[in-house]
Amino acid sequence: MFASFLLPNLWLAAPEIFLTVLALAVLFFGIHSEKTPVSPARRALLFALAQCALIGCAFWILLESDGQRALTFSNMFLHDLLADFLKLLICATMSVIFVYSRRHLAERDIPPGEFLFLALLSTLGMLVIVSANHFLPLYLGLEMLSLSSCALIALDRRRAEATEAAMKYFALGALASGFLLYGLSLLYGVSGTLEISGVAMEISAKAYTEGLDRLPLVFGLVFVVAGLAFKLGAAPFHMWLPDVYHGAPTPATLILAAAPKIAAFSMTLRLLLGGFFPLAADWQQMLMVLAVISMGIGNFVAIAQENVKRMLAYSAIAHMGFMLLGLCVGIPENETLGARQIAVSAYSASMFYVLTYVLSTVGAFGVMLLLSRKGFEADRLSDYAGLNQRSPWLAALMMIFMLSMAGLPFFVGFFAKFAVLGTVVYAGHYGLAGAAVAFSLLGAFYYLRVIKYMYFDAAPEGASPAGLGATPWGMKTLLTLNALAVALLGIFPHALLAVCLTVLDVSF
Amino acid sequence: MHGMTLLFYGFSAILLYAACRVVSARNPVHAVLHLILAFFTAACLWMLLEAEFLALALIMVYIGAVMVLFLFVVMMLDIDLARLRQSFWRYFPLGAGVGILVALEMGLTLGSRFFREQSLAALPSRAAEASNTRELGALLVTDYAYPFELAALVLLAAIVGAVALTYRKSFLRRSPDPERQVRVSAADRLRLVSMPAEKEEDGVC
Repeated sequence: MFASFLLPNLWLAAPEIFLTVLALAVLFFGIHSEKTPVSPARRALLFALAQCALIGCAFWILLESDGQRALTFSNMFLHDLLADFLKLLICATMSVIFVYSRRHLAERDIPPGEFLFLALLSTLGMLVIVSANHFLPLYLGLEMLSLSSCALIALDRRRAEATEAAMKYFALGALASGFLLYGLSLLYGVSGTLEISGVAMEISAKAYTEGLDRLPLVFGLVFVVAGLAFKLGAAPFHMWLPDVYHGAPTPATLILAAAPKIAAFSMTLRLLLGGFFPLAADWQQMLMVLAVISMGIGNFVAIAQENVKRMLAYSAIAHMGFMLLGLCVGIPENETLGARQIAVSAYSASMFYVLTYVLSTVGAFGVMLLLSRKGFEADRLSDYAGLNQRSPWLAALMMIFMLSMAGLPFFVGFFAKFAVLGTVVYAGHYGLAGAAVAFSLLGAFYYLRVIKYMYFDAAPEGASPAGLGATPWGMKTLLTLNALAVALLGIFPHALLAVCLTVLDVSF
Repeated sequence: MHGMTLLFYGFSAILLYAACRVVSARNPVHAVLHLILAFFTAACLWMLLEAEFLALALIMVYIGAVMVLFLFVVMMLDIDLARLRQSFWRYFPLGAGVGILVALEMGLTLGSRFFREQSLAALPSRAAEASNTRELGALLVTDYAYPFELAALVLLAAIVGAVALTYRKSFLRRSPDPERQVRVSAADRLRLVSMPAEKEEDGVC
């Protein structure tokens, strides 16, 4: 019975194991009586432990990364360069998020032990998704991410909006999981295997021997793509995004808005490219529709928003649409010379897009967290009026992030859009490229409006001067570095672009 | 028609009836009882597929534990039935329309060549003495050890989330705190205010 069983190579999963152990330590040291407030020393200890978990995890990843493709845990766990790269970035993003949200947590009386533990578990879920080679770990990682995010959203129970947002996230997340599972079960029924790379082989083999009946496959694929679109937040499956971004406490919004996008991108790439490669013609069309609708709805509706969080939510929808463009032009319909090269460059453009979007969005929410005080969330547009007079430095940082998201030249967002559009034009979809450019121009309006508020409007009477004296120096430095990265990557984008290209070239 | 096929259709019919009644029953207790019937019939269907362990686990875990809990909760909650009914019938045409559409689409797809040609006879049949439980257990600790551990962590996240959301916030609880009740002093409860005495001419006595 056990003859075919190979002992798993735990070394490959060492980063995840390390993260789990330290997350449990955070949970243990976070226990405290509810009658006494959490002491600053304990807060510092928990924060240091959580940072240790993420930084240590990143070191483990670097230590065991050798660029080789390896499978373990009965082929369920995949270790390759793409997984290592994305895991490293997820850990780095979460680490930055913890620094940004530390003061906010202390001021709002959100229990730090639970918050950090749940955030670390959601990180673990993302890592599991990134290195899943089997439907089962993929789904479990997704559930780990969704469940802990849901609890993170509701953790600030004094606010009714937070509870409402958590309910919406939970209900729609369950619906999305149902879609995904139903689609995967159909594809399992056809291919007879749950391994992602095995599915592609089975489908190709079936197509070769007995001719492929596409109907059941495409039927399952529709559900899978719908589930993925829910998780990415692409229209028309975007309904949960604005309310959840708005209702959640800002640190939880930041966690939802940043790192999970990387995990969702990885999941899309692994499932569609790794698992359903023989059906590329079908899912490319579905992604194309999703991309155009997302860019349209996201950019149009964002214009009408008065709340910065809601605006950023619609902007996230639009950005995900743009990212999908790169994925849907990857494989040309006719196999020509250098088709693989074109495909890899298209996917790396998408990956570059996601990474730079995460960089800018973390910074924008960071400014919001820096401005917020107890009882003041800094999430309305009018809160930014005259920011330049109160704090020129903060206004400049926010301007850099907004310009980058709008895709103005010489910020990193411009090159990300440029790279994706380049591959779209190269694949011959001129109409698609035209639509993307038009929607981006439309989108520039609401980003520039934030800048107009900050620089050309007078501060409202009685607005507190953005007192930055109380903010820890670490947060200020990191935020400045974040903005510098956005600006410098805009001038020298080729290094990161080359890394994305190499990683995808080696991994697929 | 085999006896097995007959059984399958019989159980399926009962399952569908029970599922419909769960949604349409007027009394929530009846709905829960029909849900129990639906679970039990599903367990019978699994039994037909020779998945004895899963079938028994379904009965033990869902009917034995979860549904009984459900029943208690439903009995204790004071549900305003009239209001629930109202929104049910308002959304019923839309829900029914979508449901019928989905069923039609699925019927069209599942009627395709692929699903018709493959017969269930292709499934390997096992010897009568093969133990389901033993094989499942062996798989869980060998090939499926990784998802098994992940599932444990998902449960941990759910527990921590549930405890953090329900227990911690004392402002949501309405229980009195005996410690504070004992320590209370008269000054906390009673405030003596000195007021100017009323003048004679204003007197309304």
